[in-house]
Amino acid sequence: MRLFRFLLIGILFGVVMTKSEAVSWFRIQEMFRFQSFHMYGIIGVAVVAGVLIHFLIKRGQFKNISGEAIQFADKPKTYTASIIGGTLFGLGWAMTGACPGPLYTLVGQGNWIVLVVIGSALLGALTYGILRPKLPH
Amino acid sequence: MIEFISQPWHWSISGAMIALVMFLLIYSGERFGVSSSFRAICSAGGAGRIADYFNYNWKKHDWLLTFIVGAAIGGAIAVTLLASPDPVQISAATQADLEGLGIAVPKNTDQGMGFIPHDLFNFETLTTLKGLILMVLGGFLIGFGTRYAGGCTSGHAITGLSNLQIPSLIAVIGFFIGGLLMTFVLLPFILSL
Repeated sequence: MRLFRFLLIGILFGVVMTKSEAVSWFRIQEMFRFQSFHMYGIIGVAVVAGVLIHFLIKRGQFKNISGEAIQFADKPKTYTASIIGGTLFGLGWAMTGACPGPLYTLVGQGNWIVLVVIGSALLGALTYGILRPKLPH
Repeated sequence: MIEFISQPWHWSISGAMIALVMFLLIYSGERFGVSSSFRAICSAGGAGRIADYFNYNWKKHDWLLTFIVGAAIGGAIAVTLLASPDPVQISAATQADLEGLGIAVPKNTDQGMGFIPHDLFNFETLTTLKGLILMVLGGFLIGFGTRYAGGCTSGHAITGLSNLQIPSLIAVIGFFIGGLLMTFVLLPFILSL
């Protein structure tokens, strides 16, 4: 039952990613070429609404579905990892036109070739895990 | 109603719906961050034997693994029951730029929905240098980069920025450094191979 809820939220996410066209390689190209407001509008509205959500939750001390107070963890202050890892991901994002969420949605749409991209991403994550002790963070 | 939601959604609706997804995950006791699924899958596959990074209780990410299955099902529903009548309509400027690089932009649904560039990403091009670089190296960089940065578009750009996290702002700046470098410098070269 607990997991079923996440399945439903995931389905909503997959529908939103597709209908917003955020899964589109062409939209991502358009974004990086600054030729349309579309993707900036999506991310901008999501962030502004998200700031409001975080603000209201922190002020109101809302409880989650299990009755626990909602708390937010800070991201670790590993700035070097943020900039290097972020740049490497940006290169991959512009190549494949997809970030991790849309990769799964694209496969669900029947684009089986994207399984190759997911397989490579897993290999990339594995490589990071192996090299992690040697990398600057 | 079905016809109405079958149209591509306006960016403001789309953005609000993504915030809703984030809220539902927070309310359900978790957080919005998809790239952690790569770590969970590697760990479930036994990667803990070769790297400590994967020695964690991946079962606490069972919700995320369920979520990504949902994300795939949602994609299937959106292109069948809620299919748009037309392919993605990108700006004329982008269309001209891409056609200049030799990439066909679908004009009708017979040529594709405009989600992936089919003449560039398919099992035949996978054996070409260009296809190998774009799909295999591209995917590798997504996995390596997001785990190094500790998040992707959902974890850093949406969740992190909306929780005013400086590391996330830096990561998003990185996303654009990489994305712009690829789009304007490297991609034209890769496509010429």
